[in-house]
Amino acid sequence: MHSILKTSVAAGATIAALSGPAFADLSGDLKIFSDMSNPAPRAVIEGMVERFGELHPDLNIELTVIDREAYKTQIRNFLTADAPDVANWYAANRMGPYVEAGLFEDISDLWAEPEIAEALASTKGAMTIDGAQWGVPYTYYQWGVYYREDIFAELGLSAPSTWEEELANCQVIVDSGRACYTIGSKFLWTAGGWFDYLNMRTNGFDFHMQLAQGEVAWTDDRVRATFANWRQLIDMGGFIADHQTYSWQEALPFMVNGEATAYLMGNFSVPHFREGGLTDDQLGFYQFPTIDASIAPAEDAPTDTFHIPANASNKEAAREFLRFVVSAENQTLINNGENLGQLPVNAASGVDDDEFLNAGFDMLSNNATGGVAQFFDRDFPAEMAAAGMEGLQEFMVFPDNLDDILERLEQTRQSVYE
Amino acid sequence: MANASLDYQKDNWLHRNRMIITPWLFLLPGIIFFVIYVVYPIAESFRVSFYKWDGLGVPEYVGLKNYSDLFKDRAFEISLINNFKWLILYLLAIPAGLLISLFLNQNVRGIRLYKSLFFFPFVISQVVVGLVFSWFYLPNGGLLNEVLAVFGMGKINVLGDPKLATYGIIAAGLWPQTAYCMILYLTGLNSVDPEQIEAARLDGAKGSRMLWHVIIPQLKPATFIAFVVTIIGALRSFDLISIMTNGGPFGSTRVLSFYMFEKALSEYGFRMGYGAAIAVVLFLIMLCFIGYFLWSMYQDEKGR
Repeated sequence: MHSILKTSVAAGATIAALSGPAFADLSGDLKIFSDMSNPAPRAVIEGMVERFGELHPDLNIELTVIDREAYKTQIRNFLTADAPDVANWYAANRMGPYVEAGLFEDISDLWAEPEIAEALASTKGAMTIDGAQWGVPYTYYQWGVYYREDIFAELGLSAPSTWEEELANCQVIVDSGRACYTIGSKFLWTAGGWFDYLNMRTNGFDFHMQLAQGEVAWTDDRVRATFANWRQLIDMGGFIADHQTYSWQEALPFMVNGEATAYLMGNFSVPHFREGGLTDDQLGFYQFPTIDASIAPAEDAPTDTFHIPANASNKEAAREFLRFVVSAENQTLINNGENLGQLPVNAASGVDDDEFLNAGFDMLSNNATGGVAQFFDRDFPAEMAAAGMEGLQEFMVFPDNLDDILERLEQTRQSVYE
Repeated sequence: MANASLDYQKDNWLHRNRMIITPWLFLLPGIIFFVIYVVYPIAESFRVSFYKWDGLGVPEYVGLKNYSDLFKDRAFEISLINNFKWLILYLLAIPAGLLISLFLNQNVRGIRLYKSLFFFPFVISQVVVGLVFSWFYLPNGGLLNEVLAVFGMGKINVLGDPKLATYGIIAAGLWPQTAYCMILYLTGLNSVDPEQIEAARLDGAKGSRMLWHVIIPQLKPATFIAFVVTIIGALRSFDLISIMTNGGPFGSTRVLSFYMFEKALSEYGFRMGYGAAIAVVLFLIMLCFIGYFLWSMYQDEKGR
């Protein structure tokens, strides 16, 4: 408790110091903890640190890259015990526990700076809790349906835009002896993506968010309508069998081998499809089809972020690093096809010329008028997300258990949001 | 002078009580570590289980609410039942280990090689065992389904079926555990008294009667150790579950230790109080066995 009090006083002092010219020479140590541990993201964070170091030669930057999964539990320890100056995390509800515990620094002052306020306006909502901003985004990526264009052509199908077309397509695909969709639900979250889309198309973005906030019962008829739509696909054999045994990577070969024709997934799957041998002529992308024409389309676009821990020691340098991360130039570079291969958040940055990045950028800027959600396990509180995704997986295997599942989720809702 | 110093030594309190103090001094390092790393954490688990705490904020005292929630929680019920399935079925490792050790307890060329091959699964990591078995069970192209197909049987997805998955994991766990029991019995068989066997043979005992009345009673110490390690193994069956099914499908393969980890420490967890309550229940189950082991060891010591 004492240390939190002390650092908030210190934080006030730093903010006061910062209100002077921001480009004072930085010195001292800057400790960065990152979860960008996969090969491409690792090169990106190392490159960013190197370029930032060249700008500030007097600053001694110490980068620690931690395995992405291990990071999710370690962050709790190092934020309280041995806080770095900059740390990676995720937007929306996922940062809630740390914001509430006073472990993330309020960086609304950064967001008040004109460059950031304008360039990052699209994600301001996802970074805001209690009217303040707690981090900055460095990348995001679209979700959508990746499909086998060649098989669609062979069957005389085109990418569906309505639910009727979707079901008609799927029937043709099932009749040809394939599954419409591959999915690996062993680690549950993939089923969360399906629910996000079906619920946002059936009931709209606002309803989905109300459900995430715990304002609507899981046993509500509107939720049931979402599951009824889902069930149409399940009953016709739309999904591959035994998906509860596979991870999302293990479900990839079904699509690559042509046993399934599409995959509802994030854009991070594209390099895997390409490595699997699919060319850009074989692989296509379409936005999840409309179910109710009166509902504006909403999309999932998970945003990855940088934060300053409240216990950081060099907050001045940390703020400067965050400014550097969100700059248009840096975001263009780190998100291009040779690096992350994702979408930059800064509106002034350029999108690399890649078929899927272009499609995603176009979809998110022009055709996501309903809103942009983060993802099931980032929008829903952790405990609700865990119980929810387990229920979704069970529903996909035993759709008849729906009533029982919804009762259970409703019980969880009542204890989580009390 | 010499007498005076001797008297002084005799009067010394330390010297007078040395028979009492020495054992305690020897025990002291062990006791200190036992208290810090075992007793204190157990007490702390009991304490935390009365709180609602996310590991970050201020714990809120909720009394027995975590426990009353537990008994309404179906996932907990499933975990508890699975724990008992593990406890019972894991004991199969003992007779299986005995059988293999009897089979291997002979002098033929290369017997050391066979023994090491049988012992091999215990040497490799549980994680590898889990991976090997999950490939074995794969619904598409797994060895099990290939073999079933030879006998004209349909495909089964062992780890994807909530009714079968737990048994599938227990079978994987039995592989190294049987090897462990085997090695215990092999060493036990070395100390079987050949004269008693000779005598039994003269009295006309052979086969199963010889085994039951002469060999097995002499293997009692080995059986006891095998029982202890198997029970402990069954109760800490965490790694196989984590590797093979991650608790799924939809939570049907969780055991208490896994559920405790999920609730307290996993990505979506951090309900420390609830996790601690699960830990307390698991501890009480273990306490039954610990009590039994201690009691029977005490009886043994007394008998000597």
